[in-house]
Amino acid sequence: MTDETLSSTDQADTRPGGTKAVLAEFWHYFSENRGAVIGMWFFIAVILVAVLADVIAPHGPIEQYRDALLVPPVWQEGGDWRFILGTDAVGRDMASRLIYGSRFSLFVGLIVVALSLLVGVVVGLVSGFVGGAFDTIVMRIMDIILAFPSLLLALALVAILGPSLTNAMIAIAVVQQPHYVRLTRAAVMGERGKDYVTAARIAGVGPIRAMFFTILPNCMAPLIVQAALSFSSAILDAAALGFLGMGAQPPTPEWGTMLAEAREFILRAWWVVTFPGLAILLTVLAINLMGDGLRDALDPKLKRS
Amino acid sequence: MIAFLLRRIGLLIPTFIGVTIASFGFIRLLPGDPVLLMAGERGLTPERHEALLKQFGFDRPLWEQFLDYFFAIFQGDLGQSLVTKEPVFSEFLARFPATIELSLCAIIFAVALGIPAGMFAAVKRGSTYDHSIMGTALVGYSMPIFWWGLLLIIFFSGILKWTPVSGRISLMFFFPPVTGFMLIDSLLSGQKGAFTSAVSHLILPTVVLGTIPLAVIARQTRSAMLEVLSEDYVRTAKAKGLAPVRVIGVHALRNALIPVITTIGLQVGVLLAGAILTETIFSWPGIGKWMVDSIFRRDYPSVQGGLLLIAAIVMIVNLIVDLMYGLINPRIRHTGG
Repeated sequence: MTDETLSSTDQADTRPGGTKAVLAEFWHYFSENRGAVIGMWFFIAVILVAVLADVIAPHGPIEQYRDALLVPPVWQEGGDWRFILGTDAVGRDMASRLIYGSRFSLFVGLIVVALSLLVGVVVGLVSGFVGGAFDTIVMRIMDIILAFPSLLLALALVAILGPSLTNAMIAIAVVQQPHYVRLTRAAVMGERGKDYVTAARIAGVGPIRAMFFTILPNCMAPLIVQAALSFSSAILDAAALGFLGMGAQPPTPEWGTMLAEAREFILRAWWVVTFPGLAILLTVLAINLMGDGLRDALDPKLKRS
Repeated sequence: MIAFLLRRIGLLIPTFIGVTIASFGFIRLLPGDPVLLMAGERGLTPERHEALLKQFGFDRPLWEQFLDYFFAIFQGDLGQSLVTKEPVFSEFLARFPATIELSLCAIIFAVALGIPAGMFAAVKRGSTYDHSIMGTALVGYSMPIFWWGLLLIIFFSGILKWTPVSGRISLMFFFPPVTGFMLIDSLLSGQKGAFTSAVSHLILPTVVLGTIPLAVIARQTRSAMLEVLSEDYVRTAKAKGLAPVRVIGVHALRNALIPVITTIGLQVGVLLAGAILTETIFSWPGIGKWMVDSIFRRDYPSVQGGLLLIAAIVMIVNLIVDLMYGLINPRIRHTGG
């Protein structure tokens, strides 16, 4: 970044609500973190793969080639150019299944973050703003949820709801939502007593408007960082549930479920085990890299550490 | 200190009651009639159904059932497993040492590697070492450990044939459990090779379960260390000519460890969640595998009891961590934080 851009950001900052300036400053700090930028580009690539799955996938995700069972990847002896990453035990193309699988992981992350963020922020806002008995009860309920290891609670919830991808998403959202409640509540309690809130209230702003339009925009930074973190852990948890047979059900090409089906072949066909896990790892890693960059860019306390 | 202790315990009571309500509610939230659920696939005559409803007390008001359940917990009565007909509590106790042994090894592995790695990265801040250690830590943090376990099995058990694939000890050895810890029991048994066998079974699960805590501890140690290294007392210590090893190893590390200890304590939940996956992959006969098996066998009293006990353990460990934090950092005690 050159000095010129820096000073222009500073100038723009003095204007109230300069969205462009805020974004420019954000990008300045975010792009300083090379890992975060790499993570972002990889994540964008995964999104493109998911969106364009129908176009790029060479085969259907559940199409079986009975003449090509457990074919190794092309670069290995016995490989077949029709199946670049090989096939699984029932002759389905690994590459196509992985490509379609990206849809499930991104979908899980998106829905879980949206659900837990929405519920968590509303509950946290009200809890921090109203205080009193309501706040105490809400916080104790969050303590109870947090007393259970997240994966265990998600497993138990899926046992109640029945194993499926939808129920896995609901369970993971329930497990993650206390983090948002706590963060929002803490931020609201920090902002509640500040002059600009008092001024707004005196000017006749109602409690709902004060909560959502006056206070909430000033509590966004930790929430955005948390959203990135929980996006990646939602993908991991959903894959773990799939692996345990409690998430997406076969023949869905969800990455965790693919691993579960591949378990019995680990000593015979390394590719059916290696690729789905690698896909999970790289996607989660990319999001976590981005999360670190977001934290650096948004959290002024940690900015220069 | 006593006041601090009492305040902390006081905070736990409502949470504990809530946890019992949650585990009590578990069976009742399952779709369908609880008696039919417990009876499983076998059919029931209407008379038998009626009798069982009475026996389990499902015909009484909910709050009465809950009070019964609540007081039974304090007598160690968590109901009976539907599969083995044994008390859930003794089923749990029989498997608990296996999980403790694995978790302890995992956390020792994580601490022994994570703290030096984090310190080194902090001292060499901005260097290639720092970047590669932190990069590796982020990969570890992003690791789907169930896949990591399978990869290690492929490589070390399949290709190199160094370690066994599953279990706690080779089938060649048999001795009655004394402590429940295989490392100790195998030594006590005096059988030749038993200890080595137990160790070789433990290595891969330890690495798999310890990976995420290792990454978290390394990251936390680095950032705590960086914070401390810029403090005045560290500069003073350097200025008065103390050896760098002493400044970093004594003055800085001691203060940097305070947040790290909290982080280690918070890994207990992570370990127990990780144990579910690790034990499943390595057929490790601990509570994680038991919980998964119980869910699949629809052994709901076991699931219910396990949920309660695991939550209680997490709460107790968090309490101990809090107390330790108060002990090492007196500022917390007095501000009531």
